[in-house]
Amino acid sequence: MAKTLYDKLWDSHVVRQEEDGTCLLYIDRHLMHEVTSPQAFEGLRLAGRKAWRNTSIVAVPDHNTPTNHWDRDIEDPISKTQVDTLDANIKEFGSLIYFPFKHKNQGIIHVIAPENGATLPGMTVVCGDSHTATHGAFGALAHGIGTSEVEHVLATQTLVQKKSKAMLIKVEGQVGPGVTAKDIALAVIGKIGTAGGTGYCVEFAGSAIRALSMEGRMTVCNLAIEAGARAGIIAVDDITVSYLEGREHAPKGEQWSRAVEYWKTLHSDEGAKFDAVVELKAEAIEPQVTWGTSPEQVLSVGSRVPNPANEADPVKRASYERALQYMGLTADQPITEIAIDKVFIGSCTNSRIEDMRAAAAVAKGKKVASNVKLALVVPGSGIVKRQAEAEGLDKIFIEAGFEWREPGCSMCLAMNADRLSPGERCASTSNRNFEGRQGPGGRTHLVSPAMAAAAAIAGHFVDIRQA
Amino acid sequence: MKAFTRLNGLVCPLDRANVDTDAIIPKQFLKSIKRSGFGPYLFDEWRYTNYGEPGMDCTNRPKNPDFVLNQPRYQGAQVLIARDNFGCGSSREHAPWAIEDYGFRVIIAPSFADIFFSNCYKNAILPIVADAGTVDRLFKECEAAEGYTLDVDLEAQTVTTPSGFSFKFDITEHRKYCLLNGLDDIGLTLKHADEIRAFETRHKAAQPWLFA
Ligand code: SF4
Repeated sequence: MAKTLYDKLWDSHVVRQEEDGTCLLYIDRHLMHEVTSPQAFEGLRLAGRKAWRNTSIVAVPDHNTPTNHWDRDIEDPISKTQVDTLDANIKEFGSLIYFPFKHKNQGIIHVIAPENGATLPGMTVVCGDSHTATHGAFGALAHGIGTSEVEHVLATQTLVQKKSKAMLIKVEGQVGPGVTAKDIALAVIGKIGTAGGTGYCVEFAGSAIRALSMEGRMTVCNLAIEAGARAGIIAVDDITVSYLEGREHAPKGEQWSRAVEYWKTLHSDEGAKFDAVVELKAEAIEPQVTWGTSPEQVLSVGSRVPNPANEADPVKRASYERALQYMGLTADQPITEIAIDKVFIGSCTNSRIEDMRAAAAVAKGKKVASNVKLALVVPGSGIVKRQAEAEGLDKIFIEAGFEWREPGCSMCLAMNADRLSPGERCASTSNRNFEGRQGPGGRTHLVSPAMAAAAAIAGHFVDIRQA
Repeated sequence: MKAFTRLNGLVCPLDRANVDTDAIIPKQFLKSIKRSGFGPYLFDEWRYTNYGEPGMDCTNRPKNPDFVLNQPRYQGAQVLIARDNFGCGSSREHAPWAIEDYGFRVIIAPSFADIFFSNCYKNAILPIVADAGTVDRLFKECEAAEGYTLDVDLEAQTVTTPSGFSFKFDITEHRKYCLLNGLDDIGLTLKHADEIRAFETRHKAAQPWLFA
């Protein structure tokens, strides 16, 4: 029978299945950061258990770590305790990779695992973090789990799971200039809504997806969770294979050829059945900007902020009104007339080298507008940072008036010192525009790196195609 | 884990769609390395008018009188009713920890985000999916009658209103068994340790690079 990629990944990891369909799924890679792991290790310790297979663990502190003044260490004592706790837990239980704070390869977990070859096609990958979906770009079944499940994986190397339904999202055609992976993903969320993928594993396919680099594919899968899907996956092809070749933890020699041979089977078979299919035309996708407090509240940059009065559905109308009020916007205001206070280029959605290059290309030779109080560029890892510096991108940013920081999650979640003040408006390349996400009372507009850089230069949103 | 069998509890209506886990428990509280004590900070930014910090004593913080959790008639509520896509966003289990610590044991909504939904079961919270029409009816009845309660029977998989209207809900056998008996998964899974080891051996032979 023709199988979907999801079927193949699922079937190859089922340890046992109960009558009601509940399965024990074997986990190949366990990613960890400091926020969602302490209680899991504590549980393990209290029960006197060991980690089942500590070489499945890749860990890094990223959420609480500062992005500047590393000489001053972590100043917030509560943040420091959390990071120290991860250090101690990894020391006690072991791991394959651990990059402590200030290690030269430290960075965001979803950036460091792929760049070190620790995310491989055909794997099951979990992390106590919803953006684990990112790793699906490699043809891996990757999803976020809660802390109890982190403990479960630590103790048993398995997860109790029921199979999801399968959705195919096909983006055919060629995107226009200035339209990026981020815009494709936001357009998908705008189309199906933040709950559209709930209960599904989403496979992204079509010529516009195949044309993306691995960086772009990671951006698309990263945002699958914002469409409600616990996992997003993309079939393996030559782009996947060549990205992995030579990476630190990727297989070598004879094992490499054997692996590649297997990886090439990781695609949906011709005629495989999906429970739902969504199609988008790449040509119709324009640069996207979110206007509200949910990623589905997104529009093309040329649009106007919606008018709640035009909404027939009362629940939707109320949520539009609430979002406009929180965001400090007026109905029918053109998106390009929205002025910004801060810019954040970073996060596991958009902090890889390609994102740095796209933003630098826009910033080159320009200056950040005077109404922009802070424009932050936070590379996703030490490796990205050094690569960018080797290309001179740091200088371009600094000369234009951006701040070039050390790697970490930074203002994506604002658990460290990088945050918005109440009422401040930010053009952000991150993934969530929820109320208070980037700081209490902060207002977030999600955009691509190029659009964020262009907004920094103009002081308001602009259509990158005219910038 | 606490067992869950049957509950007759006061209902609190949270009339919002897409309530995300950042709203349920804001990020500053995620710095805790403990599993308990999150209840006072549940919905912190909606509940209080000042900025909450971890470890803060909440008894004298200024409360937002408009927020439903602060209204006298909903004090002691154990059943939360909400709208679509409840618990979306971050996977933080701190969200169900806060909900449970506050005192809720049941959440009824037309839909939940996947990760939040499974996190609930690990923390003795029963999330119930009901069709939007039914949820709407519960909202209306709850707002109309002070002291509105619901009877939730896990064994029978039913929810019954004070007037006797009743509906069934779905739950997998595995989850029902764990909740009814207050069992956590790890102990159950480790009963199959031999099967896991056998799988691991086969898996390693097929894809040795996964174990490098
Ligand atoms: S960058 Fe943001 S979304 Fe990604 S892991 Fe860090 S906090 Fe989470």
